[in-house]
Amino acid sequence: MASITTSSLIKEYPGGVRGVDEMDVTIHDGEFFALLGPSGCGKTTLLRTIAGLEKSTSGSIKIGDREVTNMEPGQRRVAMVFQDYALFPHMSIADNIAYPLKIQKVAKTERHSRAEEVGDKLSLQGLLERRPGQLSGGQQQRVALARAVTSRPDVFLFDEPLSNLDARLRLEARTFLKKLQPDLGVTTVFVTHDQAEALALADRIAIMRSGKMQQLGTPREVFQRPANTFVASFVGSTSMNLLKGTVSAGSVLIGRQRVAIPTDAVDRVGDGQEITWGARPEYLDISLVAAPGGLEGTVTVSENLGASALITVELPENGDLVQVVVSEDREPGIGTHVWVTFEPRRTLLFDSEGLRIGD
Amino acid sequence: MTALRGSSRTAQKESRQMLGHFLGLMGKSVFTALVLAFFVIPVLWLVFAPFDAHPGLNVKLPEFTLNNFKVLFDNPTAIASLGNSLILALGSMVVVLVLGSLASYSLSRVKIPGRDLLLYTLLLLSSIITGTAAMVPTFLLMVKLGLIDSQFGVILVLSGGILPTVIFILKDFMDSTPKSYEESARLYGAKPLRILWDVVIPLARPGLATIAVWAVVQVWGNFLVPYILLRSPSKSPAAVVMYTFYTEGGQPNLALISAFSLLFSIPVVAMYFFVNRRYGFRFHGGIKS
Repeated sequence: MASITTSSLIKEYPGGVRGVDEMDVTIHDGEFFALLGPSGCGKTTLLRTIAGLEKSTSGSIKIGDREVTNMEPGQRRVAMVFQDYALFPHMSIADNIAYPLKIQKVAKTERHSRAEEVGDKLSLQGLLERRPGQLSGGQQQRVALARAVTSRPDVFLFDEPLSNLDARLRLEARTFLKKLQPDLGVTTVFVTHDQAEALALADRIAIMRSGKMQQLGTPREVFQRPANTFVASFVGSTSMNLLKGTVSAGSVLIGRQRVAIPTDAVDRVGDGQEITWGARPEYLDISLVAAPGGLEGTVTVSENLGASALITVELPENGDLVQVVVSEDREPGIGTHVWVTFEPRRTLLFDSEGLRIGD
Repeated sequence: MTALRGSSRTAQKESRQMLGHFLGLMGKSVFTALVLAFFVIPVLWLVFAPFDAHPGLNVKLPEFTLNNFKVLFDNPTAIASLGNSLILALGSMVVVLVLGSLASYSLSRVKIPGRDLLLYTLLLLSSIITGTAAMVPTFLLMVKLGLIDSQFGVILVLSGGILPTVIFILKDFMDSTPKSYEESARLYGAKPLRILWDVVIPLARPGLATIAVWAVVQVWGNFLVPYILLRSPSKSPAAVVMYTFYTEGGQPNLALISAFSLLFSIPVVAMYFFVNRRYGFRFHGGIKS
């Protein structure tokens, strides 16, 4: 059990490309922490650098009070669950789970009783004599977890823990992980490119892009108050509506329509300022009658999401598209003239650099 | 009328085509039979001659006798030489497996500039080491090292000749082992040799089995290297001893040679069947993840 602190951590590849660029992050003791970003953003590199599988170019990593920057991976007391689980195909499940103990030269009988004990905790009873190839994906993942648990590490590192499972199993495994992590109480860092996974599992999320940290916060913070337009469009199952506009006479001018200045940004913008207005489709609603302060437009697409529908509304003047999530019984037909309504406190403004205006 | 002539012409053409096809088939069959005979006749000789009271150089049904084997077992050097062959073959196999897996693993994992060039050069030059061209320098080298008339010396030279090919083949097996297996073991504190032993070797086992058999076969049949490097008949392997079987009249003792040849070939054939059953000579390593 330990916190993880990286200070000005840089991992530079030959050729000058930085996988991790000036990373300063503190992961608290016992926290379930997500590294989120599109592929190639450096999140896996950061994880592997923490594990010691990649050597950092400069900066330092501390696990608890121990400076581990130049330590061998085997001395860092970290356990990693790989994307492909990396179970040894020629060993039984019990031997796989007990492998860290074999390295620590624990006697065979004790190894097996520990493997059994951990296997029970991760509902692997009755599978211990089998080979990894005979197990389902979900079971293999639990074996990989069990092996990590057996080594009693200070830190768990999961590389895309759910991406090798099929869709239904993934949800099951997600709930399982969410319940297991606080039980184990071990600081856990996981890498994912799936924002839903990060929002669902993590206590805090670090969003990365091109090796740089974009935002660090709780799932609610990154969802409701994204630091910039990148985070705004990356997080959320439907990406945020981002419309270009200008501030004029105490409101935001989008095309020829006026919307209220978001609560956060009031008094922080000046007349004539170029801004981007943002609103999540989930926080918008549709009105069939004229609604003052709403955006007027025509429904062009309706996508069924099950219990709700994603409606695309085209604004008349400049062809801007606004997406709105409405509940299943209220979907307007294609071509309907509608008004998109919202609460100003649910909308956001970003400056010309893409940074959010407000605290 | 024209239609009729036309149809008869097509019939003619068809029959000509048929004839051509038939002749082609005949030619192919005769050719195949000749090639087959070329390979089968020596094998038939090997099977028949040992049991023939008067074996010659031609293949004929034997006047059955087991006397040839009796003479063979009475010959003091013959049976001992099979033991020597075994020592050389197994010794080289061990050297080749140990050095080959270590070298191929490191070459597979460590990136050094010009690695592939090095591998190809080694492969190209390997045939020279145990070949005729390098025999004089090899002999001089062994003299200087004091390894003349030493089975260990022969094992070293033979292994040296085989190793490049072995490294080349094994590297492929090592390459196909997923890196995450090793990284996982590394994170639990396993050192490189430990990882090699616990993870990589078990996964490369089909490759190692193939290599082991191949090494044994190579050494088992090698004549030149032990013939030049060994002096005492008591250390000579079967391939060399066979060369000494002459009658008093200076003619090759075909009775002895044929019986000995049969004994000499049995272990290799047996091993082939054993390994084939056990590992199936698969030339692909790694496990699908």
